[in-house]
Amino acid sequence: MSSAATDVAQPAESAQSAKAQQAPGPRSTKPASAGAGAPGPSGTNPAPRGPATDYSAFPLVAAKHPWRWVGTAAVALGVVAIAWSLATNPRWEWGVVAQWFTAQSVVNGLLETLKLTAISGLLGFVLGFILALMRLSASPLLLSVSWTFSWIFRSTPLLVQMLLWYNLGYLYEKISLGIPFTDVRFFEVQTTTLISQFAAAVLGLTLNQAAYSAEIIRGGILSVDQGQLEAAAALGIPAWRRSTRIVLPQAMRAILPTAFNEIIGLVKGTSIVYVLAYSELFYTVQVIYNRTQQVLPLLLVATLWYVVITSVLSVFQYYIERHYSKGAVRTLPLTPLQKARKFFATHAVAPNRARSPR
Amino acid sequence: MSTATADQSSTDADTAAGSGAAPAHTRGLVEITKVRKSFGASEVLKGITLTVEPGGVAVIVGPSGSGKSTLLRTINHLEKVDGGHIAIDGKLVGYEVRGKRLHELREKAILKQRTEIGMVFQNFNLFPHLTALENVAEAPVVAHGRSREEARRRGLELLDRVGLKDRAGAYPRQLSGGQQQRVAIARALALNPKILLFDEPTSALDPELVNEVLDVIRELAKSGTTLIIVTHEMGFARDVADTVVFMDEGQIVEQGSPEQIFTNPQEPRTRSFFSKVLEPAFNI
Repeated sequence: MSSAATDVAQPAESAQSAKAQQAPGPRSTKPASAGAGAPGPSGTNPAPRGPATDYSAFPLVAAKHPWRWVGTAAVALGVVAIAWSLATNPRWEWGVVAQWFTAQSVVNGLLETLKLTAISGLLGFVLGFILALMRLSASPLLLSVSWTFSWIFRSTPLLVQMLLWYNLGYLYEKISLGIPFTDVRFFEVQTTTLISQFAAAVLGLTLNQAAYSAEIIRGGILSVDQGQLEAAAALGIPAWRRSTRIVLPQAMRAILPTAFNEIIGLVKGTSIVYVLAYSELFYTVQVIYNRTQQVLPLLLVATLWYVVITSVLSVFQYYIERHYSKGAVRTLPLTPLQKARKFFATHAVAPNRARSPR
Repeated sequence: MSTATADQSSTDADTAAGSGAAPAHTRGLVEITKVRKSFGASEVLKGITLTVEPGGVAVIVGPSGSGKSTLLRTINHLEKVDGGHIAIDGKLVGYEVRGKRLHELREKAILKQRTEIGMVFQNFNLFPHLTALENVAEAPVVAHGRSREEARRRGLELLDRVGLKDRAGAYPRQLSGGQQQRVAIARALALNPKILLFDEPTSALDPELVNEVLDVIRELAKSGTTLIIVTHEMGFARDVADTVVFMDEGQIVEQGSPEQIFTNPQEPRTRSFFSKVLEPAFNI
């Protein structure tokens, strides 16, 4: 191919043809045209030929990337080696993993983990949304309360918060609802009965999550152009509608990737409630391996479940982000499913196509 | 142009039914009185007084930073004034008189006033996550309580009027700049405003797209809606304006008919500005 190109390109200039032969076809155009214009080293060359040579009929050949192949091969080798060691090293005890993976107690623990994640994730983001709006409000009090909330909960370890909530009964024996600074009480309860392990866990995770999600949501809202709000205000659209219909859908594009990071972090973050002896996935696994001494395989059981949850969440993330990218990109990229369908569709008709040109 | 006439008669009917007070021929009277506005230490509007008659077309020109856009934005209370007041058909914008004071209106009342004043921005400010039709149909549903169906039907009419009916389902990013600005004009028209404000509507456009937007505005100028336009398009200004207002350093230097301002300006500042912006050929 490249030799064909050089043959036509270099009818006169023998000096350059040797160099051009090594280069792929399209590259040879430059030296050729430059040589045609200038009085080249071979002074015997007659007057310029007029219009530049036409290469339009030549097929284009893409550049080759040999090092990419070397890198790919090296990484593939590494992947195979790891997979091989995982499969063949008997100390991973895959049999034990399989035995416990769907055991009733592990599944119960898994459900508790999902429950904690869902409840504190939801409450955390709702509270975070309110905090974000407070932080963006014109009132200095709302602003500073929101700021202080985030400051406190982001600067104390989750573990400490958790233990503090659980031991709230030590600080305040009773919790009551009444008129402040009077003796009127509508409702009074022992703190220890109100704050169960579950309540302490949800409280700790929610408040912590709210502090972080407030910042994420605030960042998302700030990323929306001020002109959008002005246009909406100029059209007489009320403030609440401006937030929900105009600003939030656009802010979501900035919020979602980080929010999913947070949710995925929360899934694994729930494992910290083992300090409250709350039987979620991680605590359950611990109890089992303390009894059976099969520490690594059981940690692997928990890990695999976390991987499964994260994978499912990632799929949700993909489709939710896609939904909110409406209008932000000129054409939506194909989903993996659509890509697969297209792949099979084109490859199914390929034999027909191959026949038709003949 | 039949759609435009039909639209005009319906807006007149709306006003007559709505406010009752103002007869149809006085709708859209804008009176700006001694308006002052500062940003920090710099005073951008130094006591502006300007009247635009109902159905009139006022074009505000002047160097950048002269306060043109700020003045425009005070008319629909996007920018609060520091002094003076603005009235539309005799009714104060953003304030009401109580005793001897002007009290700022509550958000809801201001929003209602804004529905009578359409605004078109330099950067279009279309909602990028909504289609062209959804952009146009949003405000009538929310602010006027129209049904979705009615708003869509009217939205299609308006898109037709700006020549974009076939692009109703497109998102703003799938449209050219000129098309986006035409959708923005349709969006501003959707509330049947008495007054339309244009804040440099063609400044963000490629030169070859400017005319398609100006043509739409020219049509509107004939429709009887009051237009206040800030622009750098001098040829267009001369073509479309009843009144040309030349502003510099927060003040109105000179105003008058296009012939007067462009061919025979009285003030040295006006003359020196036009000598810089007008091409020689234009003055012949």
